[in-house]
Amino acid sequence: MNPNPNIDFSHLCFLLFLQKSTKFFERQLSMDARRMSRAVPRVRQVGFFTPNTPAQQPQPQSAAPSSESPPLSDSPASNSLSPVMIPPPRHLSDNLGGRTAAVPVPGREISGELPTVGSYNPSESVLWLDSPPRSRIGDEELSEGAESSLGWYRRSDSAKFASSLPSGGFNLSTAKHPESVAAVEAKNPLPEQSEVQKEQASSSKPLKAKTTKAERRALQESQRAAKAASRAEANKSGTPGGAPSSKPMKQPPQKKDGPPVASSIAASERIGVDRSVEKERKKDLPPPRKQFDDESRGGRAKRRSVLNQPEARNRVELFRHLPPHKNGTQLPSLESKFFELHEKHPAVYKVGLQYLAGDLSGGNARCIAMLQAFQEAIRDYSTPPEKTLTRDLTSKIGGFVSFLIECRPLSMSMGNAIRFLKSRIARLPLTLSESEAKTTLCSDIDRFINEKIVLADKVILRHAATKIRDGDVLLTYGSSCVVEMILLYAHELGKQFRVVVVDSHPMLEGQKLLRRLVVKGLSCTYTQLNAISYVMHKVTRVFLGASSIFSNGTVYSTVGTASVAMVAHAFRVPVLVCCEAYKFHERVQLDSICFNELGDPDAISKVPGRVDVNYLDNLTDKQKENLELLNLKYDATPSDYISVIVTDYGMIPPTSVPVIVREYRKEYLLI
Amino acid sequence: MPDTQALVNDFLNKLKKRKIEGSQATAKQTAELLRSVISQTRMPYTNQAAALIHSVKAVGERLIAANPVELAVGNVVRRVLHIVREEDLSLTTAAMAGLNLSAESDDEDDTDRDNHPALSAAAIAAASRSTLRPPSLQTLLEDVPDSAAVPHTSSSGGDSEGKSKSADKSSRSRKLKHDVIEAVNELIQDISTCHELIAEQAVEHIHQNEVILTLGSSRTVLEFLCAAKEKKRSFRVFVAEGAPRYQGHLLAKELVTRGLQTTLITDSAVFAMISRVNMVIVGAHAVMANGGVIAPVGLNMVALAAQKHAVPFVVLAGSHKLCPLYPHHPEVLLNELRSPSELLDFGEFSDCLDFGSGIGAPLLHVVNPTFDYVPPKLVSLFITDTGGHNPSYMYRLIADYYSADDLVLERRTTSGN
Repeated sequence: MNPNPNIDFSHLCFLLFLQKSTKFFERQLSMDARRMSRAVPRVRQVGFFTPNTPAQQPQPQSAAPSSESPPLSDSPASNSLSPVMIPPPRHLSDNLGGRTAAVPVPGREISGELPTVGSYNPSESVLWLDSPPRSRIGDEELSEGAESSLGWYRRSDSAKFASSLPSGGFNLSTAKHPESVAAVEAKNPLPEQSEVQKEQASSSKPLKAKTTKAERRALQESQRAAKAASRAEANKSGTPGGAPSSKPMKQPPQKKDGPPVASSIAASERIGVDRSVEKERKKDLPPPRKQFDDESRGGRAKRRSVLNQPEARNRVELFRHLPPHKNGTQLPSLESKFFELHEKHPAVYKVGLQYLAGDLSGGNARCIAMLQAFQEAIRDYSTPPEKTLTRDLTSKIGGFVSFLIECRPLSMSMGNAIRFLKSRIARLPLTLSESEAKTTLCSDIDRFINEKIVLADKVILRHAATKIRDGDVLLTYGSSCVVEMILLYAHELGKQFRVVVVDSHPMLEGQKLLRRLVVKGLSCTYTQLNAISYVMHKVTRVFLGASSIFSNGTVYSTVGTASVAMVAHAFRVPVLVCCEAYKFHERVQLDSICFNELGDPDAISKVPGRVDVNYLDNLTDKQKENLELLNLKYDATPSDYISVIVTDYGMIPPTSVPVIVREYRKEYLLI
Repeated sequence: MPDTQALVNDFLNKLKKRKIEGSQATAKQTAELLRSVISQTRMPYTNQAAALIHSVKAVGERLIAANPVELAVGNVVRRVLHIVREEDLSLTTAAMAGLNLSAESDDEDDTDRDNHPALSAAAIAAASRSTLRPPSLQTLLEDVPDSAAVPHTSSSGGDSEGKSKSADKSSRSRKLKHDVIEAVNELIQDISTCHELIAEQAVEHIHQNEVILTLGSSRTVLEFLCAAKEKKRSFRVFVAEGAPRYQGHLLAKELVTRGLQTTLITDSAVFAMISRVNMVIVGAHAVMANGGVIAPVGLNMVALAAQKHAVPFVVLAGSHKLCPLYPHHPEVLLNELRSPSELLDFGEFSDCLDFGSGIGAPLLHVVNPTFDYVPPKLVSLFITDTGGHNPSYMYRLIADYYSADDLVLERRTTSGN
């Protein structure tokens, strides 16, 4: 089924409706805008929790708080939602926004066909542009190419170091928690859900009963057992709707403080209008990130987590909002849980373990490994009876993602890839058979890997090589696989240059890069970050990799990159940042503290190969009390230090990043 | 004086092999060595000051050549020379004034000399002051190019010396040596107590809840921070570890032992953290006359980051670290490369380090410098044992400690080569 014709129609309807609804909205606005906005969470809650909630909305995603859900207003299917399904506004004040957007009508015929789609809220997909799937011509060669060149991204020699490489990794975990929780719950009856279930079961109770924590926990336990049993039953018998499918009941975070109120349909409708307006306006806004110390997520995440949270011993005061590092020592405990975690596909499990152990590092490598694991999981996937592939698979992927996040926070690039995958799943034509759908998805993943990473890197090589001249002294920091490829490519082109590899404790990944470069016959100079001012005199170009680039031009990369860029700037040496466009993100960040990833603090006190550095070995307890070790993984380089960003769209100044982010997002839907 | 010779050779060896860690230790040992050199010097009948200066210079040149990067050696040699000149001058002035010498046997200090009772001989006092103050036009004009031969003597000084010698030679010859040794003792005392003097000023600069960043380890910084801690200031310290020597670990350990809230960060995280830091306090290896700092490696990066975030960059330096030279290309010329083994494991990279690419040049270089040069514009404040100073004032401060004649000590060796 090609939804294309519907687009035009729906757009038309949308425009017509816009005019009408604007008037309506304005009237409402003048009535009591303020109170209306106040009422939003309550109304929504009522929508979710009235005992009459239809049981045929079994997907967890539908009710996920989805604070980051993209606007769906011109997707007809989503417009057929009942207004209560539309996510709540993020900021109350935004309700006063001037525009209105569509409500239901036009999409009826579609939603008739897809009765279930209505309840699906693809909260992570970037779905507001409806478009036909691209033809899959050329898939075979593409994936072949991908396979052959993937070797680049996997490096076997990293196993020694438990710390993982810096060039990847942006913690999306916090942002994603609501969804991933939902997704996990789709399969695992977990606390929050059973809590809800409990509430539903005893619906005489007020919605947010003031149960104590202990009470709730006890209830959860019993509920969990009951739930597991009933789920097993459901899977066997295949009762429509699934016996325990109270999943939509998952409460939005706002619920926490909003007392339950009964409200009229009219009210909810009105707010529905407002919400879609707002969604429309905000489709470009990234969701606010949930921080680790956020009260509303803390407890839930802890209960849900597979891994034990390390003790908060000697946590650096300034970084309490970030999750502590989970190191490889948890590996055995996770391994022992293998059979409990039967929901996780072995491939995903393996990747998770690799993240945890630090064997797999580097933004591209991690992203590719994750996508390939998903690919395998999709191949082995079969839709449970009475479920649709779209929804069930999405929740399954969500479960995988939350598992991976627990092993190590995701990088921005991985978040983008997951977003892509989810949007692909969500927009699978329903007419496809399961095997066709699976093939489509697998080839989509291949295409993503190929176009966004492998081919993008090739383009970057070409661009960057034009900036290398004979006699140059190129400086690079840490170990970026793109930069490494550039250097080798330029060497193959016969350019005569020298490479300065700058390294820093505790990762010391420059040594591995150095080894690879020297073996290939490049002449290198190796030094440590502190000596950067000493070597910078001779350097003519600085090449840096990046984990992500934010839309204010900030380069988020291995810690130390900012220092290198700063010194280069002070010495008037051009700084070239090489980064694939799929790593761009629309977020903004000014410092390296609000958002970061913490490494293993104990890695600091040891220096590999230096037995003489053992000052911190035998500390008394009193000494330990005062000492905090901080191992940051990333830092944010201000855009004024960056001369140019080399990306697959060409060489751009940092000010053009938001442009690429905008354009890129459109295109990436079309992939 | 075989005794001194052995001492000198021993110290030379230590310097050459870089056995002495830290400029304070070096300065102290240099001063002690020079003291024994002075005490062993046989005083000639005439022109004793010149003889002393000659012997000190001869030893000093060798010491400097042994470790030209350790500027503290040169500083101390110049200080001692300055002391000799000053003592000689003070004696001369006293003799000229016709006052009895015994009354002022204990007068050695500049300050004392300034309110010397011998003010009646106004002309001579003025002349003596002109020789004391190095950058005076008169000294520059009248000075003989090879100042080693005729030590401090400007024309008037020479005259006065001649007269005074005739007055009472015997007491003067004992007196000069004695006074010089006394003064050198005081210099040694100064060097070893400079920490306390600097640390006394800590409370003036550290306020409650301050966040301080430092890199590597410096005894001065440690004392400074602890002094503030003792005054019941509570503050937090970020210590960057200072690779490749990782002295920061040592400092962090010392600080936590004394109960300071300390966070050890990697050097690479300095830029990330500096936005939350109120002040950067670091030690120096040497302070040049232009206000530039020769500092442990990595500090230029820290200073740049501090400047970017408008964080004050404070350098603590004892007066023995003040060097009267103006640096030229100090990043290279006043630097020293340490062993690559601190960065790379020879075992792992031995094949790369020596296999050549056709032309025989090794493919892999490892650069491990010891020092960084921080230009004066990046320094907010110097705190020395005499108080806080701007970088632009350093040249003047330095003029108090050294005489202009001694600025270039290596003249003879260079001409000899």
